[in-house]
Amino acid sequence: MNGARHLYVHLPFCAHRCGYCDFVTATGRDHLHGAYVDALLRELHEEHDGSAVETIFLGGGTPTYTALPELLRLLHALPPAREFTVEANPETVTPKLAFELRASGVNRVSLGAQTFQPRLLRMLERRATPGDVERAISRLRDAGFDNLSLDLIYGIPGQTPADLAVDLGQAVALGPDHISAYELEAKPGTRFTIAHGAELDRQAEQMEDYFERVVVTLTAAGYRWYETANFCRDGKRAAHNLGYWLGRDYLGIGVGAVSTLADERRRNTPKLMRYLEGQYDREVELLDDETRARERLMLGLRLDEPLPLEGLRPALDLAGVMRAERLGLAVDAGETLALTRRGRFLGGAVTAEIVA
Amino acid sequence: MDQSRIRNFSIIAHIDHGKSTLADRILELTDAVSEREMREQVLDTMELERERGITIKAQAVRVPWKGHELNLIDTPGHVDFTYEVSRALQACEGALLVVDAAQGIEAQTLANAYLAIENGLEIVPVVNKIDLPAADPDGTAIEVADLLGDDPARVLRISAKTGESVADVLDAIVERVPAPSGDSDAPARALVFDSSYDQYRGVLAFVRVVDGSFSTREALRTMATDTRFDAEELGFFSPTMTPVEQLSAGEVGYVVTGLKDVSRLRVGDTLTSVRRPAAKPLPGYKDVKPMVFAGLFPTDSDDYPELRDALERLKLNDAALFYEPETSQALGFGFRCGFLGLLHMEIVRERLEREFDLDLLVTAPNVAYRVQERSDGEWLEVHNPAEFPREVEEVEEPYVAASIIVPKEHVGAVMELNNERRGTFGKLEYLSPERVHLTYELPLAEIVLDYYDQLKSRTRGYASFDYDVAGFRPGELVRVDVLVAGEPVDALSLIIHRGFAYDRGRLLVDKLREEIPRQMFDVPIQAAIGSRVIARETVKAKRKDVLAKCYGGDITRKRKLLEKQKAGKKRMKQVGAVEVPQEAFLAVLNIGQGQRS
Repeated sequence: MNGARHLYVHLPFCAHRCGYCDFVTATGRDHLHGAYVDALLRELHEEHDGSAVETIFLGGGTPTYTALPELLRLLHALPPAREFTVEANPETVTPKLAFELRASGVNRVSLGAQTFQPRLLRMLERRATPGDVERAISRLRDAGFDNLSLDLIYGIPGQTPADLAVDLGQAVALGPDHISAYELEAKPGTRFTIAHGAELDRQAEQMEDYFERVVVTLTAAGYRWYETANFCRDGKRAAHNLGYWLGRDYLGIGVGAVSTLADERRRNTPKLMRYLEGQYDREVELLDDETRARERLMLGLRLDEPLPLEGLRPALDLAGVMRAERLGLAVDAGETLALTRRGRFLGGAVTAEIVA
Repeated sequence: MDQSRIRNFSIIAHIDHGKSTLADRILELTDAVSEREMREQVLDTMELERERGITIKAQAVRVPWKGHELNLIDTPGHVDFTYEVSRALQACEGALLVVDAAQGIEAQTLANAYLAIENGLEIVPVVNKIDLPAADPDGTAIEVADLLGDDPARVLRISAKTGESVADVLDAIVERVPAPSGDSDAPARALVFDSSYDQYRGVLAFVRVVDGSFSTREALRTMATDTRFDAEELGFFSPTMTPVEQLSAGEVGYVVTGLKDVSRLRVGDTLTSVRRPAAKPLPGYKDVKPMVFAGLFPTDSDDYPELRDALERLKLNDAALFYEPETSQALGFGFRCGFLGLLHMEIVRERLEREFDLDLLVTAPNVAYRVQERSDGEWLEVHNPAEFPREVEEVEEPYVAASIIVPKEHVGAVMELNNERRGTFGKLEYLSPERVHLTYELPLAEIVLDYYDQLKSRTRGYASFDYDVAGFRPGELVRVDVLVAGEPVDALSLIIHRGFAYDRGRLLVDKLREEIPRQMFDVPIQAAIGSRVIARETVKAKRKDVLAKCYGGDITRKRKLLEKQKAGKKRMKQVGAVEVPQEAFLAVLNIGQGQRS
């Protein structure tokens, strides 16, 4: 038993692995969905007493690619939660899936739209079409969902500023309650990076402009820029992710899943077969108070709300705080520390400046 | 021994023309040393000596040959030690001029040959490496004979490698080199032609006795620096140290002085007895001054004490090395060091890095300047651009007399280079139908940067080069400062001829703009002469520096990135509010050292 109020569940199965993806995924293992759900429930049982949690997040992989009966078996076995999110690829959202998710207690869906340009979707090796996103949203709304999130990616090889403007416009037009906009992170060594190296470098030079456009466009459309890459309407922040950013404990189950529990962070084996055998092979990292304080600072400064400094003072470099204030990047109000708008654009550098 | 049976000689040769092989062969042939011992004892490297705790290197070896006593006196092998070479030559009556049969005469050989002739030495010309397929013994012999005004038939042709005709060399030394002719009964005088420091025995003086004789335990003094000590031991190298009771006129040997500081016993000084002192010192003593200066900084500032200790230890054995602490806001704590020349600087740097395992950052070298701030003011000598007054009345800079030997088809390229470097043409002479000897006067500052590399590349490696400092001359020199966000960066200040200031300023500013990472604010970079800005660039502020994504699975990785970024900031050098990576200074210093506009 542990005190985590946030539960992450990893479902690794995908129809296809996208070139830029570096998550723990599994393709061509469709016969293992049942065994995997069994393994998840075993781990859940070992780690959690069944009491209600604040949030659950089902991530992947493509959770909605999991064979529906197995997915539903899992959903029903999970503890009650105030926010219950499932990640979905738009092309997997049928009316039946939408209905079943809602009926199983899921109250938030995060749709991986990424872009609305067919040629950029092909570049990302995404299977959805722009039409799929629109259809998925209306099916989910019909099923009663009032909290939908769209994921967008920018900095895609071949993308122009005009493409990005179109993507942002389309996203806003669909009226999601929440938008996550990420720059494409091309991890070294992935086949995507190898294939598009030069173009990715060119895109990297554009990122400054893109980021500014994203923030300006979405805030102008009435979204609140509440975290570096996240925007919401009507106070519908992602409660689960907020748990990460507030430095709270969370329990992650599934292959490759990470948990942070008190003074320990651990990661399950990324090997599917080992996990199915109940061999978690956990990689454990011990976190002392100072490290957790540094993490709370790093994470908390991503948010738009001032960060309460109680207990964090020892993690601050006071000279750095003063420099950041002088440059108009941060405001130290004694009890709290907040980044200015420009400070948030430079959030990583400012954090490096003010962390001890 | 009777002076008439003594012969004192040196070997003059370009690097790789076979000096050490010939020396080894001579030792072998005279049975001074067996082949095995030779490898162990004679072919000493400084590192090897250090490992074994032997710090005394034989600078003069005595060998017997057909009833004679031959003293082979070693000369420092490079251009910056012209003065030391001249002292070693003064200790001799003759010199072997060794020339590679495939390469011909090189500038350095020529310079030392002239030095030997000026010192009145008998030159025994030797063409070496006649066994090489590319050898042209006859052609080279004619070139050497022309140079000396000698008969080509008298030029010896040998192979030190195979041993062919090396005995003829020894015979020629006995026949052609005059015996010493000092006055055995006069008050004792000996020339100090080299010195060395041993941690157990102190300073060892290598001497050539000219007049009279010296005995063990006698009270001695140097005539120029008036340093007094007792001769703890006298002796010679054969090649191991062999103590004797007495060293007499004409002989070469060592004196163990017990002194703890090599700078108190200067090369070129005259040693005499306290009890019966000589009236006049031997001629030719000079107080040699460093001419080239550079800041040496440890790459890791924690290594500062190690650098200090290393310099202290090098100084024990190198009286010409000068150093004083220097603090640079950009590079931290280090030393401003003075060297006789570029090669001396390279040797010191290499020894610090190799023997003491230090990673060094070396600023662009500069020369010594003489500066007058006001017309009625005093002349100051300035060794550091950061101390050079921004407004000056008059400046003088050191010039060198340069000697260049090159195949005739490259003469044009050499002249062009020398014109670019503010050179003044001296003379041109043909050494052979193919090879030309050029002389120029050049500002030393113009050769301390990349002159030698340029000379080599523009002549496809065929030019050889030598120089001697020729004194100070007035120069149109200005101080160029580099400012980052309005703050001058001391390590990047330089003294330069007014005509080159704009181009160099532009180059420095451009390079620095490339190297300084964007900050959270605009950073102007300027080059200025006094308050006048001559070049300007701006590193624009960055508008974004934050990682897009951060969720539960990657907090550790993101935190480690942050910690790395923070640690990186701590390693940055702070110029005002601007963080500059040390590599940026390095890159800029490299253009200072490596290339011109």
